[in-house]
Amino acid sequence: MALLDFFKQNRKSGSAAKAKERLQILVAHDRAGPGPSYLPQLQRDLIKVIRKYVHVDQDAVNVRVEQEGNQEILELNIVLPDS
Amino acid sequence: MARIIVVTSGKGGVGKTTTSAALATGLAARGHRTAVIDFDVGLRNLDLVMGCERRVVFDLVNVIQGEAGLRQALIRDKRQPNLSILAASQTRDKDALSLEGVGKVLDELAESHDYIVCDSPAGIEKGATMAMYFADDAIVVTNPEVSSVRDSDRMIGILSSKSRRAEQNLEPIRERLLITRYSPERVAKGEMLSIEDVQDILALDLIGVIPESESVLNASNAGVPVIMDEASNAGQAYQDMVDRYLGEELPHRFTTVGKKGLFGRLFGG
Ligand SMILES: Nc1ncnc2c1ncn2[C@@H]1O[C@H](COP(=O)(O)OP(=O)(O)OP(=O)(O)O)[C@@H](O)[C@H]1O
Ligand SMILES: [Mg+2]
Repeated sequence: MALLDFFKQNRKSGSAAKAKERLQILVAHDRAGPGPSYLPQLQRDLIKVIRKYVHVDQDAVNVRVEQEGNQEILELNIVLPDS
Repeated sequence: MARIIVVTSGKGGVGKTTTSAALATGLAARGHRTAVIDFDVGLRNLDLVMGCERRVVFDLVNVIQGEAGLRQALIRDKRQPNLSILAASQTRDKDALSLEGVGKVLDELAESHDYIVCDSPAGIEKGATMAMYFADDAIVVTNPEVSSVRDSDRMIGILSSKSRRAEQNLEPIRERLLITRYSPERVAKGEMLSIEDVQDILALDLIGVIPESESVLNASNAGVPVIMDEASNAGQAYQDMVDRYLGEELPHRFTTVGKKGLFGRLFGG
């Protein structure tokens, strides 16, 4: 049993590996900063448009820019209210 | 000329106050005139960890607002003649701290001290930025855990952009990493980020690794900084941290699973 454990440990299959992977992504994102300066205005405009159809909270719309390789991805996240 | 050291982290509850008390006590025990300031306005607890809570009459905010002189507010430590403590205010709002006021207090302290240790509150807002603004050195306290490492990374960014040294284009703050609540057993099982994992992400020199230890709670229950508990591994690890701060090169202790020998490792037990 102990012998087996010893080899398992060396393979780094535990949750720590997952933690590190998540951290690398998180930290890269944090360091990239808040993104282009038009994002807040875009967010406000989006809320206005969406509110023509359904009432959403101020914080229901989330806009951010992701860097993936050499591509920039604009990510919109809109949470609709429970009806 | 005093050296100003901020103990900071971003995330709360990772061991800043424990570390500030240890560092200040350790520096004073080595003969340096040391002051330690609690910047956690509203939630003061450095005085509790140092065991001087019943002697607090005036605090940092009283001094800044001119209601007491620095000399009146400084509490002389009972164990270390070279150590004084400036408590945080318990009641007032955070706006009571101003950069100008803090700067004046630090200037006055610098005249009669070699080291000034600033215990930062949690967060990356005003209280924390106030504590680190004037720093020459920073100890970034981090637990081997996702949110703590992330917050430390953000704090490192702030240290290098929003401090006096950054704004005045001086030599940057010397930042070093202290990993606390480290459990080599859990690291060996792959359940906890290792020293190398944390360093890979934060890229700072390591000033120490403090093991997870029951002695820390025992010490704070008694109001005696854990660094004075020479029998405990956490106390010894803090002694090493102070020596490293003062320039000694020492290997890191208590970072690997206790020596069981090959036989024990292969066959359990
Ligand atoms: N090495 C350690 N082993 C075990 N417990 C520890 C260790 N370091 C700190 N603790 C415990 O963690 C808790 C928080 O410690 P501490 O008050 O020093 O953190 P803090 O960063 O100052 O918190 P806050 O952000 O609230 O000011 C305390 O209960 C303390 O006893
Ligand atoms: Mg604290």
